[in-house]
Amino acid sequence: MTRYVVHRVLGMLLVLFLVCLFTYIIFFALSPDPAVQICGKNCTPERIDQIRANLGLTDPFLTQFLNFLQGLFLGRDYGGGPSAVHCPAPCLGYSFQTSQFVTDMVVQRLPVTAVVALGAAVLWLVLGVIGGLLSAVREGRFTDRFIAGLTLGGMSIPNYVLALALQYVLVVWLQWLPFPQAVRFADDPGQWFLNFIMPWTVLAIGYASSYTRLTRANVIDTLDENFVRTAKAKGLRPDLVWRRHALRPALTPIVTIAGMDFAGLLGGALITETVFGINGVGKLAADSITKNDQPVIMAVTLLAAFFVVVGNMAVDLVYSAIDPRVGKGAAS
Amino acid sequence: MSDLLRVRDLTVAFHGKPVVDAVDFAVPPGGALGIVGESGSGKSMTSLAVMGLLPKGATRAGHIEFDGTDLTTLNERRMRAVRGDRIAMVFQDPLSSLNPYYTVGTQIAEAYRSHRSDVSRRAARKAAIEAMERVHIRDAARRVDEYPHQFSGGMRQRVMIAMALTTEPSLIIADEPTTALDVTVQAQILDLLAEVRRDTGAALILITHDLAVVSEVADTLIVMRHGKVVESGTAEQVFSDPRHPYTRALLDAVPRIDDEIGELQTLGGDT
Repeated sequence: MTRYVVHRVLGMLLVLFLVCLFTYIIFFALSPDPAVQICGKNCTPERIDQIRANLGLTDPFLTQFLNFLQGLFLGRDYGGGPSAVHCPAPCLGYSFQTSQFVTDMVVQRLPVTAVVALGAAVLWLVLGVIGGLLSAVREGRFTDRFIAGLTLGGMSIPNYVLALALQYVLVVWLQWLPFPQAVRFADDPGQWFLNFIMPWTVLAIGYASSYTRLTRANVIDTLDENFVRTAKAKGLRPDLVWRRHALRPALTPIVTIAGMDFAGLLGGALITETVFGINGVGKLAADSITKNDQPVIMAVTLLAAFFVVVGNMAVDLVYSAIDPRVGKGAAS
Repeated sequence: MSDLLRVRDLTVAFHGKPVVDAVDFAVPPGGALGIVGESGSGKSMTSLAVMGLLPKGATRAGHIEFDGTDLTTLNERRMRAVRGDRIAMVFQDPLSSLNPYYTVGTQIAEAYRSHRSDVSRRAARKAAIEAMERVHIRDAARRVDEYPHQFSGGMRQRVMIAMALTTEPSLIIADEPTTALDVTVQAQILDLLAEVRRDTGAALILITHDLAVVSEVADTLIVMRHGKVVESGTAEQVFSDPRHPYTRALLDAVPRIDDEIGELQTLGGDT
């Protein structure tokens, strides 16, 4: 088991390093000169050169990349002399558009993104598992076909359409929800919660639909397994046959997939956050793309990759704990 | 002596199409019946019908008298009390028939506890270890906590038999118990089934396509084809004097060690 964990952690570090490298290549070697962008309209060639020097863009690629890595782990300085700016570790760069450290910008917005992702994940897991179980139990009947129709709709409707439709119906027309206002949780928990209902729903619908289908298929497949027949042949009560022998094998893969999807969302829900004006990582990414704020775009990309890789590893470790067949072979 | 199990006029149909057609057979207490037939002959459906475990869409007609009760008249709850307690079943593929998520001990103990609600966890575990020892799994006290994938094919089938034994059933139905196993292991499992029958006095129904298997274990046998019983009698009768041409063809298809080397006989196709 220990060997398995060490193996996975080393693999994860390698993947993260490669992600860093490729992101760096794409953003700093292939995109337009950031110095020109920063310099603006009234620009002189000397000024551009100076900005390039401050950013370290005159160095060879490898030096730039090593500086970036150094900033990530140790912190680094931008520019020289009295005007130098020190960026503490983990330094993801300096945004010249907003004159802020990228790390601070990201860290500020992470909590709200986490709230959006977590609430949506809870919602889609509950909806998906219940819907899937209901479909499986009533396989082929009206309920099953009705849910199949709903999931098809849920998977087809684009996020932004659903978001606008929900806003119109719930806020403008029926007035069941108040107009979203920026409040902190501590000030008005009720309003805060109401604010998140629509984003959670919009984000969860697509996932809930595919989780419903997945749960249904898994449960139906598992009920067909020989070991379920064995459990029945033992004379086990139907609820125990379901709970012990059908649900556990059927739901384990769903919980693990949910872990990965959740990790992916920590990198920001771009469309949902933008539509609802939620100041999370996703909106940060969208804003930086329109402003071509490269250090920020890169940081958000890295962050998303980081969560996906770490989430994947966490899920694998959890899986090896739930499923006795995984991962223990090498250690025993 | 009255029979332990008496099946009369049993018919199993899928959407009106019979797969088991008016089958009759009987097993005395402690007796051993072999049900022989090719795949698709209806022999497995016959056993599932006795257990009341037919797949969805199947209908059952006829009478299944077990120990004086007609099982076809029991409701699901009372049938559950028979299933796994008085009648236990051993299936063909022991790997897929065991749940990969639970230790073999848990799964054996589960069979025991589901019919003895007053038994503590600890006592059930002890019963599981004893059952594993009875089917000659060495080091049972340690292996009781291992998972099915840590056992070999033959050992898994021993686990399945142990599971059947814990409740001391009066009838064990073994559906192709050796088909998924190596030839050398097959003989061991057959010996074990014979031994279990001798020691516990349980009756045995052995379902197989393999005449060699049946000849080792069964006292009486029926031969099934297309859902019908085409031949029945004691094992000696059938082997020495088969009445039905299909049985003769089956017997001819068994290669014998004293045969001259030649082509193997095959069964004719159905069309």
